[in-house]
Amino acid sequence: MTVMRTRQAVIQALSDELESDPTVFLMGEDIGSGGPFKATEGLIEKFGEERVIDTPISEMAFLGAGVGAAAMGMRPVVEMMFIEFIGVALDQLTTQGAFYRYLSRGAYEVPLTIRAAAGAGLGFGCQHSQILDQWFRGNAGISLVIPSSPQSMYGLLRSAIRSNDPVVVLEHKALYGERGEVVTGEAGIIPIGKANVVSQGTDVTIVAIGSTVHTARAAMESQSEWSAEIIDLQTLIPWDKETVMKSVAKTGRLVVVEESSYSGGWGTEISSEVVSQLWGQLKAPPHRITSPDAPIPYAQELEKRYLPSPEYVVSQITALLKTGKCPAPWWEGFKS
Amino acid sequence: MTTSLVRRQALNTELGRLERMLEIRAVEESIQTLYNDGHVRGSTHLANGQEAVSVGIASVLRPTDVVTCTYRGHAAALALGVSPEGVLGEICGRVIGCSGGMGGSMHLMDASVGLMPTFAIVGAGLPVAAGVALAAKLKKNDSVALTIFGDGSTNIGAFHETLNMASIFKLPIIFVIENNLYGEYTRINLSTPISDLADRADSYAMRKEIVDGQDIDAVIKSISAAVDFARAGNGPSLIEAKTYRFSGHSRADPATYRTPGELDEWKKRDPLDIAAAKLIKQGDLTEKDLEELKSTIGVRVAKAIEVVLASEGPSLDSLLQHVSASRK
Ligand SMILES: Cc1ncc(C[n+]2csc(CCOP(=O)(O)OP(=O)(O)O)c2C)c(N)n1
Ligand SMILES: [Mg+2]
Repeated sequence: MTVMRTRQAVIQALSDELESDPTVFLMGEDIGSGGPFKATEGLIEKFGEERVIDTPISEMAFLGAGVGAAAMGMRPVVEMMFIEFIGVALDQLTTQGAFYRYLSRGAYEVPLTIRAAAGAGLGFGCQHSQILDQWFRGNAGISLVIPSSPQSMYGLLRSAIRSNDPVVVLEHKALYGERGEVVTGEAGIIPIGKANVVSQGTDVTIVAIGSTVHTARAAMESQSEWSAEIIDLQTLIPWDKETVMKSVAKTGRLVVVEESSYSGGWGTEISSEVVSQLWGQLKAPPHRITSPDAPIPYAQELEKRYLPSPEYVVSQITALLKTGKCPAPWWEGFKS
Repeated sequence: MTTSLVRRQALNTELGRLERMLEIRAVEESIQTLYNDGHVRGSTHLANGQEAVSVGIASVLRPTDVVTCTYRGHAAALALGVSPEGVLGEICGRVIGCSGGMGGSMHLMDASVGLMPTFAIVGAGLPVAAGVALAAKLKKNDSVALTIFGDGSTNIGAFHETLNMASIFKLPIIFVIENNLYGEYTRINLSTPISDLADRADSYAMRKEIVDGQDIDAVIKSISAAVDFARAGNGPSLIEAKTYRFSGHSRADPATYRTPGELDEWKKRDPLDIAAAKLIKQGDLTEKDLEELKSTIGVRVAKAIEVVLASEGPSLDSLLQHVSASRK
């Protein structure tokens, strides 16, 4: 066990996979120099320019090249730097790579990993702060993970690289600097599709992922009126229904805390599934705590307000428990 | 008339243009201190060293023409007319910022002088500028669109698609490459197999020109010719301005990758020095005038910073406004 930052866990996971599997290679803009978050620092020195490939600013070309190389049995790890940049290349993943297994009836598989920094909170403005999980949900053939800690970064990234299908790894940029203990090696690997129960509780199940795991934990620790079972989904596609259902069956209440905007957020699917499966056993309607439907503002106070804060989560859950009804989101009062 | 328009008119004289370049330099140089004091978040991309390109462009275009520009946009915004308060206010997330504090350093805008919100996605401004030019053509007015982007951006699909389409449609658009030799931390020769990027126009049968981006008079001459060509209905041009950024790519970048001596060589061709030397030689300016001008501008920028820091952040309602037509 070693204490490291999340960005170091990225480097460690990449390094361990590069070491153990000669088909693994990295590709992306300025990854040789470590990139803007220093999440690939030192790898080019260790593994050379053939396995750590700096590309021109041509996302469509190198994401697509990742798909093609993967179909030939390589295991490319393609970095998008900021997840928004995949916008100029999306076809290569969502309608090419994601569908090749299906179209070829299994003759081609695409063991491709796409890594990108994502998420708000650091003042990068609306084109460099989105979490964008919604771009990949509903797209058959892709998995998506969002690590919340150095350990889950290490474990999920290694699983992503070993997966025989395309996996998107959204690395929350506000968590790169977080420190934590990491078990490395085989024992540290976390399977895709498995949630992690962060805390045991009785009154409510809070389902979170990535940054909102921290929000949920801070919310719970800041009060003593209720206890929450916090579930870190870890994988969003496919999400761990079994763990969520088991917990909500016990607590009778579901609260989802999402970083992205209200409309079309991943919590809609969790809520709908919980209602479908546990109808009659619920003590309150499922409740979603999200950001408002707006681009992410730059000004510090507004960006802070945009994201669900621990205080906001506490007030929402306390109101839900008290009234048995979903409280209105903060922005309701502002609608013109 | 907006303040920005008045400031734009000031570019009609050589002295006014030198003054604006000095102002841009002073603004860019003030940003590190603002950052150290905790007023700037996220990322900033300075354009010191590239002032002549922005000011040259702004002095040729009409305020009714439209510009799209990258995240490296402080210089273009100031040149086109945005005040130091507007630019620094935006960088500091204040309500007096040119985007109301909602955009930050990478997203500056001023509709009164034709600056669309600067874009933070490489290549994104080119297709949009083509649409601006298409609208001018369809509306049968003689406005032009001009889009500013870097050398590294010539490797993205949007560049090639837009050049081809603009050429086929004969759009009134000017593509300006600010070739500062680096895309982020990568020198151009490592990402691009040619050194004169203007040559890419040949594939699209497009008019092209290479210009010394450190010499504002050369920039003005080249942009004027392209603008005249476009206004006359002859179609697009690709202009490559050879220039250099004196700072790193962004705040986080100490620029250790530069070839040794390169920065010093380029500093010998500082666009501010070149413009000032010419005015001095012509007898329009003395060394003493220049020193006074610099100190006046220093005071003006310092005052702008005071105003910015005394200004409030945007209100909570602004977070929910202007998201769509139904939410004004
Ligand atoms: C589609 C996309 N890919 C990557 C980036 C990250 N990025 C921002 S600036 C930049 C370098 C651009 O270089 P250049 O076009 O030469 O412009 P300069 O910054 O030198 O002005 C890169 C790779 C981005 N913003 N958008
Ligand atoms: Mg460049």
